[in-house]
Amino acid sequence: MEWETVIGLEIHAQLLTNSKIFSGASTAFGAEPNTQACAVDLGFPGVLPVLNQEAVRMAVKFGLGVGAEITKKSVFARKNYFYPDLPKGYQISQFELPIVGKGHIDVQQEDGSLQRVNITRAHLEEDAGKSLHEDFHGQTGIDLNRAGTPLLEIVSEPDMRSAKEAVAYLKAIHSLVRYLEICDGNMQEGSFRCDANVSVRRKGDKLGTRAELKNINSFRFVERAINYEVERQIALIEGGGKVAQETRLYDPTKNETRSMRSKEEANDYRYFPDPDLLPLVVTDELIANIRQDLPELPHQKRERFMKQYNLSAYDADVLVSSRALAMYFETVVQESKAQPKLATNWIMGELSAALNKDNLEITASPVSTTQLATLLQRIEDNTISGKIAKTIFESLWNKEGEVDEIIEKKGLKQVTDTGAIEALIDKIIADNPDNVAAYRAGKEKLFGFFVGQAMKASGGKTNPQQLNELLKKKLADN
Amino acid sequence: MHKTIAELSNDLHAKKISSVELTQQFLERIKKLDKTLNSFITVTEEIALQDAKTADAQLAKGQASPLTGIPFAQKDIFCTQGSKTSCGSKMLDNFISPYDATVIKNFKKAGTVLLGKTNMDEFAMGSSNETSFYGPVKNPWNTDMVPGGSSGGSAAAVAAYLAPGATGTDTGGSIRQPAALCGISGLKPTYGRVSRYGMIAFASSLDQGGPFAKTAEDLALMMNVMAGFDERDSTSVDHPVPDYTATLNDSIQGLRIGLPKEYFGEGLESNVAKVIEAAIKEYEKLGATIHEVSLPNTTLSIPAYYVIAPAECSSNLARYDGVRFGHRCKDPIDLEDLYKRSRSEGFGSEVTRRIMVGTYALSAGYYDAYYLKAQKIRGLIRRDFIDAFKNVDVLMGPTTPSTAFKIGEKTNDPISMYLSDIYTIAINLAGLPAMSIPAGFVNKLPVGLQLIGNMFTEARLLNIAHSFQTATDWHTHTPEGF
Repeated sequence: MEWETVIGLEIHAQLLTNSKIFSGASTAFGAEPNTQACAVDLGFPGVLPVLNQEAVRMAVKFGLGVGAEITKKSVFARKNYFYPDLPKGYQISQFELPIVGKGHIDVQQEDGSLQRVNITRAHLEEDAGKSLHEDFHGQTGIDLNRAGTPLLEIVSEPDMRSAKEAVAYLKAIHSLVRYLEICDGNMQEGSFRCDANVSVRRKGDKLGTRAELKNINSFRFVERAINYEVERQIALIEGGGKVAQETRLYDPTKNETRSMRSKEEANDYRYFPDPDLLPLVVTDELIANIRQDLPELPHQKRERFMKQYNLSAYDADVLVSSRALAMYFETVVQESKAQPKLATNWIMGELSAALNKDNLEITASPVSTTQLATLLQRIEDNTISGKIAKTIFESLWNKEGEVDEIIEKKGLKQVTDTGAIEALIDKIIADNPDNVAAYRAGKEKLFGFFVGQAMKASGGKTNPQQLNELLKKKLADN
Repeated sequence: MHKTIAELSNDLHAKKISSVELTQQFLERIKKLDKTLNSFITVTEEIALQDAKTADAQLAKGQASPLTGIPFAQKDIFCTQGSKTSCGSKMLDNFISPYDATVIKNFKKAGTVLLGKTNMDEFAMGSSNETSFYGPVKNPWNTDMVPGGSSGGSAAAVAAYLAPGATGTDTGGSIRQPAALCGISGLKPTYGRVSRYGMIAFASSLDQGGPFAKTAEDLALMMNVMAGFDERDSTSVDHPVPDYTATLNDSIQGLRIGLPKEYFGEGLESNVAKVIEAAIKEYEKLGATIHEVSLPNTTLSIPAYYVIAPAECSSNLARYDGVRFGHRCKDPIDLEDLYKRSRSEGFGSEVTRRIMVGTYALSAGYYDAYYLKAQKIRGLIRRDFIDAFKNVDVLMGPTTPSTAFKIGEKTNDPISMYLSDIYTIAINLAGLPAMSIPAGFVNKLPVGLQLIGNMFTEARLLNIAHSFQTATDWHTHTPEGF
């Protein structure tokens, strides 16, 4: 029996406004508990919300980024439920009329193909505070710094068919919100988080009952949590059981999902339009203004990179995954005039590996674009070989100086003097008469041996092309 | 002491009396007379005397506004920084507000004196002031009677000259009905005219703050301070604020008065009807013309109101959970216990009833049948008024179907209590300005005439009321013993 997985994601992106969505309190992360919550955030008697217009601009930006229709008159609603970190006893959100309507995003898959994921809606809402259960000896501490932080909740259609597709979509949205500079995308700090609705069905059947997975705060966990849940559901059904509609919590340490609450236990949120806020009107003029300021979006950049730099879909996709990385690439290409493919290989190879190893963002790279560009120039003008370049790169990473300085200091300049190379070859031929004889007798494989000897003797500095040519000539000489 | 705000203002500016002296005299009256009335929850004596000193300094420097140095009583629904703001509830008996409501700020800016915070129905839910945690307020005209509600403390205090003016809030009649029952003037402005910031919410789409005083002229002086756009209240309206005193004396010759026939039908006491008819005659003498109009959906206003107001209240009052402020039960065993006991101990029965009704009306499966339908009715009611104002300038009728009723008479019959707001509720649903002014007496109890205007016509309403008060003296009567 063939099973099909159906996945939809609800992504919460914290918007990069300076102040909260309905008050003037700061949204900065990491302050002392309860120091960034004013009377409005605390839900004091008599306070009223006033909408942050910057949050509106950011939501519109996102809507335009996914080709969605912007709702001209959207409505804030109250989602009513009791929880200690929800000061007013309701969350101000959007329910029936969200600011962003139907849109879509084309997501690059591993094989390079594009998959369209439809976006149902995106709406503005306020975040709740945090309940802290540790360190309070059987009591709960409440930190309301986060209460009132603006969120954009992005809801997808159930268009994804595997955990990998879900992760690819999540990454595409992650990249988009950072391109638009509306969210910092920091998953550890919780400013970009997601819930996954997962169900399975036999191919051709109608949708199965879904479980909502919560608390998945990294790309890796999303993939693991979904895979675990899919296996659990299939085993359940194949064992004659039924999937219950429920909310499940993902536990990354045990790599399993656990039931949090069933549909029956679910809150009746009693949504109704918030009478403290007028309908949110977005004018055509505002939309036009925002559209004008939109940056080049990831999919546009990807297409351009493929065309302009003749890159493969895969390479282009990796490079445009962040705006900073793409900019790094373009700067290096422009400064070095090097082959784009060479720059791509270096950025996706040496640089990415080094960044990963030291857990650094591209913006914090110890090797500047100018340094990498110079390095590539030196490869292309034959000053150094690719292999030597790797050594220099390491030195650059360790801040040992500039490219030419390092070449000079360490004597890494490639040997291109024909006389010197010939002398080197002559010595090798003299030292290895047996191999020379064997080669000349037809054992051409031994050519590599001679190259290796020459490189070893010269510390890798011999220009490989010249070496090849001269070596061939000398070995052929009788 | 038995003077209007305008008269006291003249005395202060003419240095016939200082603000400190005036304030002390009112504080003494409160001490002496409020034992009977119970119109204040908190008397802010220290603040009052401090405010008065500041005011005297301003008066001496000639930097005074018309209201500088005038003592006012504030309904205990407006947050006052550093003093108790209880909203008439045990839930907030321990609540000291960390900030001032915009209305309070505006009164401060005008140099007025805060005498204290007045008694009210719990969270403004009631029409008799009997739901207050602090006990019922007595009507100065007959202390066996209710003063009306929910702003009963403010109305009784002004009627008994314990304050020359006071603030109230009106969600379904809570300014106009107590003004009528206590024989004073009260104005409910257009929704959005006075900021709701810091005014503890009952039903956000209906709540509106407004003034109580003896005369329309005094109301105009208070409106000059209270009205205006507030960036902290998204529902306040950025509409020019006129000088409400400037047009008080305009002629009302040719004024077209509409009498909604639904306001003169069954349920209206005949003696009250007679007083209202006499008042209308007075307007005819002043040059107005009378037209019958119809507000056909009037009877629907009570059921619509008692869905919308409780629905909003059920959500607005969710914040009183014992977590951050207000009443918290002793030794909760867990979160649910904390919620349940804090809330059931902190709220009285009328508030509890409305929270339950509202929660029900918003529940899944009932929302369309109740809340949505009530909103549609609200639209019809608004339509009624728009149609009526096509042919007339102002609507008039009784504020209440009867005069003040006995304390305890309706406490066990919420429906009968709700019906006492039949003539006032629709105006809140439509968001219109309206006022009540004294029009006569039945059995020594005051009768209020209600004036209803189109959006933002407060100045015209005050002008129409002032004309009546220039021609009559009902507003000058004083309850015996006060």
